[in-house]
Amino acid sequence: MFALVLTNLLQSEDYYNLKLEKLKQEHAIKPISSVDHSKFEILQQEFDTPQDVTEACISCHTERHREVMHSSHWNWERISYIEGRGIEASGKSNVINNFCIGAQSNEQACAKCHIGFGMSNNHFDFENARNVDCMVCHDNSEAYIKGAATAGYPDRSVNLSQVAQHVGQPTKHNCGSCHFNGGGGNNVKHGDLEQALLGCDRNVDVHMASNGMDMSCTACHTAENHQMLGKLYSVSSDNTHRATCEQCHTNTPHFDPIINRHNAKVSCQACHIPEYAKVNATKMAWYWSESGKLKDGEPYTVDDEMGNHIYTSIKGSFKWATNAKPDYMWFNGTANLYLLGDTIDEHPLILNNLHGSHDDGESKIIPVKIHVGDQIYDKVHNILIQPKLHGTQKGDSAFWIDFDWPKAAEAGMKQVGLPYSGEYGFVETVMYWPVNHMVAPKDQAVGCAECHTRNNDGRLAQLSGFYLPGRDYNKPLDFAGIFLFFASIGGVLIHAAIRILVSIKKKRYEMNVIDYENEQQI
Amino acid sequence: MKKVYIYKGFERFWHWTQAALIIFLALTGFEVHGSFSILGFEHAARYHRVASWMLIVLIIFAIFWHFVTGEWKQYIPTTKKLKEQILFYAFGMFKGQKHPTKKSGLTKLNPLQRLVYLGFKLFLVPVTVISGILYMVHKTVDKNDTVVISDIPLEGIAFWHTLGAFLLMVFLVVHVYMTTTGHTPTSNIQAMITGYEELEDDDEDTTSVTKTNKIDNNEKKG
Repeated sequence: MFALVLTNLLQSEDYYNLKLEKLKQEHAIKPISSVDHSKFEILQQEFDTPQDVTEACISCHTERHREVMHSSHWNWERISYIEGRGIEASGKSNVINNFCIGAQSNEQACAKCHIGFGMSNNHFDFENARNVDCMVCHDNSEAYIKGAATAGYPDRSVNLSQVAQHVGQPTKHNCGSCHFNGGGGNNVKHGDLEQALLGCDRNVDVHMASNGMDMSCTACHTAENHQMLGKLYSVSSDNTHRATCEQCHTNTPHFDPIINRHNAKVSCQACHIPEYAKVNATKMAWYWSESGKLKDGEPYTVDDEMGNHIYTSIKGSFKWATNAKPDYMWFNGTANLYLLGDTIDEHPLILNNLHGSHDDGESKIIPVKIHVGDQIYDKVHNILIQPKLHGTQKGDSAFWIDFDWPKAAEAGMKQVGLPYSGEYGFVETVMYWPVNHMVAPKDQAVGCAECHTRNNDGRLAQLSGFYLPGRDYNKPLDFAGIFLFFASIGGVLIHAAIRILVSIKKKRYEMNVIDYENEQQI
Repeated sequence: MKKVYIYKGFERFWHWTQAALIIFLALTGFEVHGSFSILGFEHAARYHRVASWMLIVLIIFAIFWHFVTGEWKQYIPTTKKLKEQILFYAFGMFKGQKHPTKKSGLTKLNPLQRLVYLGFKLFLVPVTVISGILYMVHKTVDKNDTVVISDIPLEGIAFWHTLGAFLLMVFLVVHVYMTTTGHTPTSNIQAMITGYEELEDDDEDTTSVTKTNKIDNNEKKG
């Protein structure tokens, strides 16, 4: 029986995970476009404006613009149910973050990442289909770029005709042109989405690796009718329409049923993304309160040895991290967002409170990047301030040019329609960024003992509300048990000692008795 | 002295396999518990699970064996001579007194052993095994691939399992030590290995003539 068991235990034959092999086969076949857009006559023209390209698109894809105009990529907000608030529209139009704070009053620049043309400060015609920017997502030539601070219009260098003839399914370049650069630079915001993913190896991301499956973003974030699957909880709040690992891998992807059972409470990402920002650094902290320092009346920047800005006059000071170990939180897919005008009721202020706890059946442990910092707020009204940051000329009230907080605050708040008292300060804020990308090869997955440990640096050392074997134990029981165990060892040792002593004495006595009798007989 | 066949083949197999499994489960279990690190959590947890299934199968066979052979009657508790037995271990054996009860194939267990082993079988093992099974299936995946989570908090399950484990360790220490209190320090262990034990052949010992002694005597005479 033991031989049988030992054979079983010691055998380490590697099985093929057929589920995984099947997925790999499916994704190894890359779709080939059924049409060549360069052959269409309507696209073989010199386009004067990008809107003309959109019109050309719509002339064949007659209803697609309607789908686009229903998407959050277009509207910059979603209607969702937020616990404690009810049904609200939330999104880039009314949330605040602790990076560049918010798009309001800065649209001229921020619209670089809007899928439309002509979004200038507080003006955009959301009903005009001509303003839909098809190319930013569908350009396959990698030649299309939006201009800096051009209200969402393409850069002047772009050859529209060339781009229009080379459209197709979105690639990583298209999605990445915005999603890799959130927060004003590569990998600043997410930490797990960055330019390195355009050409990385499997150690960085098994899905997108050039030497791996080389999957595109849309392989998981499918876009039926232009509604992207998946959402980010800095701008979203409800537990619907999410992109999950399980949608391909099922929730029983492992051979070991015990590991499968973990999925009841532990997200796939928690174990399979041991670290993020694997190639380039990501921002971990941003202190606006230190911004505005000038050298000889001029703004300046300070870089660290890696070339990351650690101080810029326009934005303040930063902290960066590479190969960062995620923090872990309970999350049930719903979040509360700080919306413009909300009262500051906690310190530090959490801008996107992820809901969840162990006892909530929907909650799982997820890895997050925690971004902290401080930012401007109204001391009297006790609300965060949306400052006007971007401007085109001196005297615009834009902080990035004038370095005058009161003016920037006043201009920004005026535009969002909120009061500004004239008294401002800086309040600490926190944001949670769920980490979902940069999935590591399976042999790099987080090991059991990294969580199941009594060490204070265990990955789940900070999570409470549940019993984690290996980390938790009943202290009185352990104390009593260990005491009893050693007491019983002590007890039997004492007992044994007495027995030995007694038997030695007895032997001596018996010998004495015999001697005594012998003496008597003599 | 005479050699008596006390422990049957299955009984010895059961005893030693159970002993090995319990020691192995203790090592791996306390590693999972976080008390020390030998194999690494992952291996400890996996081997603990494998060994626990083996123990469960063994226990099922043992229960079957006890009922089929009628050996379960050995564990019927009695207070008769219980006090004497305790006094013997506490004082008597130091004074060179004889065991107050006689061992034979039909009464292998003295009154104290009966009580302790019955507690072992009816309390200690069930508490540990049942809490262990609950521990193991605490989160299960059902046939429809949905996860069913037990409503019983793991904390409580872990408490009982750990309690059982500590008590089993105390049992192990005392039990191993008590094997040395036979005719010679190793005679009990030898008996559990070979099945045969040299038992004292004392017809003249009138203080401890029990029913079994009579049977022994009869057998001898026969």
